[in-house]
Amino acid sequence: MSEPVTALKGASDTSGIAVVTELGPTGMITLRGDLSAKPVIKAAVTASGVTMPEKNHCATEGTGGLAWMSPDELLILCAYEEVHQRLADMQSRLAKIHALAVNVSDARALFQVNGPKAREVLAKLAPVDLAPDHFTPGMFRRSRIAQVPAAFWMPDAQSVRIICFRSVAQYVFDVLNVAAQDGSEVGYFNA
Amino acid sequence: MLNIHCPNCGVTAEETEFHAHGEAHLKRFGPGSTDDQFESYLFMRKNPKGVHFERWRHQNGCGKWFHVARCTMTLEVFGSYSAQTYTPPQEIIEKIQHRRPDWSAEAEAS
Ligand SMILES: [Zn+2]
Repeated sequence: MSEPVTALKGASDTSGIAVVTELGPTGMITLRGDLSAKPVIKAAVTASGVTMPEKNHCATEGTGGLAWMSPDELLILCAYEEVHQRLADMQSRLAKIHALAVNVSDARALFQVNGPKAREVLAKLAPVDLAPDHFTPGMFRRSRIAQVPAAFWMPDAQSVRIICFRSVAQYVFDVLNVAAQDGSEVGYFNA
Repeated sequence: MLNIHCPNCGVTAEETEFHAHGEAHLKRFGPGSTDDQFESYLFMRKNPKGVHFERWRHQNGCGKWFHVARCTMTLEVFGSYSAQTYTPPQEIIEKIQHRRPDWSAEAEAS
């Protein structure tokens, strides 16, 4: 087996108002199909180990996760080492169903922005209302980070996780660090 | 700046999360049509000062298509509706008429 390598080899910058880190290899499976169909839900829940999230939400627990991407798309998160086995299991469950499951682990990058100002850093880059009472932990949002598409959620009130395409990982890391520059607090959220 | 609502995922966001794809409800003229019909289908577009129906896509979001009714002059957005329709739904027509009493769907069609 070859060694899995992330886009930025786990780069981290702690110099700013929030800590920006590229997280290690993460298993990600894109599942498309009828999200109201029981076999599709069953396959997603089994592969992720968490319960089915509501629209525009995600459920995460440990390395497992399930994110609502669109009316016919889910993103399954799991440990990188387990992704092949979980995908194979899903595909056998879905063999007779009109659905598509693909391993996208190596096509994505995952970042974490951590600290009391994490919400503020994200708010500088995404055209989304990130007020603490509008965007809460458990919600999942596909939008953009500056000029590139990205999806994000908050595992807790002080951290943001961001998924983007691997090809723009360096751009996202750099732009997050610009937004997190030392002394650049806006203090808008009073957090 | 337009605030647009995506009827597919329920998100309301400003326009940079979306992409406009031109006039809505075009009727396709393909094989068997006259040259004039084909030219009109391919190239001729309405350019109204006022109420306009457009196709939009939630580009940086759920990725789905939908329709938007808006005013090209004031940038007021009347509403958005499903992509799976040939004509604007009654509810959207009523919203437009509430704001633009002089406007009618019949005049629009002619
Ligand atoms: Zn949408």
